[in-house]
Amino acid sequence: MFEKLKPLILVGALLAPTTVLGQATPIGDASAGAQVYQRECASCHQIGDGAEHRIGPHLNRIFDRRAGSHDDFRYSEALVRQGRDGLFWDLARLHAYIENPRALVSGTRMSYRGLRDEERRANLIAYMRAYSDQPQNIPEASPTAIAREVELSAETLAIEGDVEYGEFLSAECTTCHQRSGEHSGIPGIVGWPEEDFVVAMHAYKQKLRPHEVMQSVTQRLDDEEIAALAAFFRELGRE
Amino acid sequence: MILNRRSFLGTATAASAALSAPMALGQAKPRVVVIGGGSGGGTVARYIAKDSNGAVDVTLIEPSRKYYTCYFSNLYLGGFWEFDALGHDYGNIARLGVNVIHDWAVGVDRDAQTVALASGEQVSYDRLVVAPGIDFVEGSVPGWDVSQQSLMPHAYKSGTQAQLLKHQIENMREGGTFCMVAPPNPYRCPPGPGERVSMVAHVLSEINPTAKILIVDPKENYSKQALFEEGWERHYPGMVTRIGPDFGGENVEVRPDAMEVIIDGVVEAVDVCNVIPAQKAGKIAELAGLTNDSGWAPVLPADMRSRMDENVFVLGDASAQGAMPKSGYSANSQAKVVANVIRGELTGSRIFPARYSNTCWSLIATNDGVKVGANYEAGEDQIESVSSFISQTGEDAELRQQTYEESIGWYNGIVADIFG
Repeated sequence: MFEKLKPLILVGALLAPTTVLGQATPIGDASAGAQVYQRECASCHQIGDGAEHRIGPHLNRIFDRRAGSHDDFRYSEALVRQGRDGLFWDLARLHAYIENPRALVSGTRMSYRGLRDEERRANLIAYMRAYSDQPQNIPEASPTAIAREVELSAETLAIEGDVEYGEFLSAECTTCHQRSGEHSGIPGIVGWPEEDFVVAMHAYKQKLRPHEVMQSVTQRLDDEEIAALAAFFRELGRE
Repeated sequence: MILNRRSFLGTATAASAALSAPMALGQAKPRVVVIGGGSGGGTVARYIAKDSNGAVDVTLIEPSRKYYTCYFSNLYLGGFWEFDALGHDYGNIARLGVNVIHDWAVGVDRDAQTVALASGEQVSYDRLVVAPGIDFVEGSVPGWDVSQQSLMPHAYKSGTQAQLLKHQIENMREGGTFCMVAPPNPYRCPPGPGERVSMVAHVLSEINPTAKILIVDPKENYSKQALFEEGWERHYPGMVTRIGPDFGGENVEVRPDAMEVIIDGVVEAVDVCNVIPAQKAGKIAELAGLTNDSGWAPVLPADMRSRMDENVFVLGDASAQGAMPKSGYSANSQAKVVANVIRGELTGSRIFPARYSNTCWSLIATNDGVKVGANYEAGEDQIESVSSFISQTGEDAELRQQTYEESIGWYNGIVADIFG
């Protein structure tokens, strides 16, 4: 049934990247998490090909699942209630539950003392993540890694308002916004006054302006990058 | 030091050091060859040519004189988009200085760094970009192979297949059954089959309202499932039935001559059958020795460089990169990273950190658009998803109309970005 769910931990790298320009932070070490799973979970929960409910429900596709939502498993009423209230298993909720089940769901039947060690817990969750939906198949699935804080080299940080860097960054914008400045369904952004551009981008970044795509794009732009984009699109408008 | 495939595989450190220096400053123009002129290949060729101002010799090898996008081909099926509007030629890419060769790439000699063409010509390269899209896995749907595509079209590579499927749908008998055999993961455009069902339902509800749609799906779930199912119930009540793996959706055979689908041993007579087989990287990637047992071409997450060869990059659907879905948007996003890296390596220009993103819009009914998107970052082993969003069920009609209009804007934006 789950033969198509390939654990990421089996996808080994043949080579290290030649240059690491910026790297997502892994949830944890899934290989180490397999051992944590065996010690902490395996006596009650199954996971992987052919996994079935035992003392606890199987844990395939636990990420993004509504709490208490397997029709064929008898949960505590408390967990089912939390599910009705909108509890879905994402990274933060799984951390909280595994750290101390009763902190998240009073009255849960899961008689587990909790795993306080943050690193071991992260490794365990990384292991479990491999058995849930993968974003390449279900793009809306839970992230596979933690977004890194924007970390840029001193060289990059020194290029505030840099048109060349702005041109590189603008390639992400011009998938949708046309370089010609035309707009049909998506507004044109060419030739905006820099200040207006910067203010608008920060408003999306702070989620004051609503639009999920723009909020998503601006989340990973820092001040220098926004300035570089503003400078580039201003210049483009002068061409 | 001249690197070759063997030395790279043996000494990644040495390769890394050598790759950090521009290789061709003061020498003859460095040569980049791009195989495949779709969203990945077209973008990378255009961006390298545009951004290098003639410092790099770029050759694009693409058999078709006109590229028909797969995205929006469902909207063509639904009557929302004209077929001609799906087609884009390479004139503007050529005007940027790209040498566009309309021929088939039939082999790659990675040691000699040459690409063989069907015409018998050889094209040499310093960097090769392979962006061939998908091919189908033979035997994945018993009874079907490409020789049956005129009876049971896949329509999963745009162009005449989309026209054929549209013709069949529009000429289906009254009250007939349209069947879709959906593909297993991973495949091109995760929400694509759901959008196609929506568009077929839209057409049938107008011209053949008693017709039925049967989806036979080997997967437990699929992208935007809740949004599609809500939309089908609202716009096309009772028309769509999906058979998932629990009820035999992963045990399917077809008989194109008899127009039958056998689901878990039960024979169903259908009127139109859209078979979307299991997929793998385009054949040239395999011929070039760039694929592994999965059928896809593994790449390094930081720059889409092939794990098999430091001088080769694989883009878009053909690549095994990790968390990005196989989509035109993803290919376009990856291509810009590759263009920046190749230009940097060949001319000494600045190389910036990779930025990957994707958004997929789908139309469910007239003015009822939804979207899903995510940001991605290079991880140690693969590209990772770091955030995502999706339209919500129950959104109001104005928002859905705005989302649809946005998708039109995106289409016009991305084809301008690729084809000029």
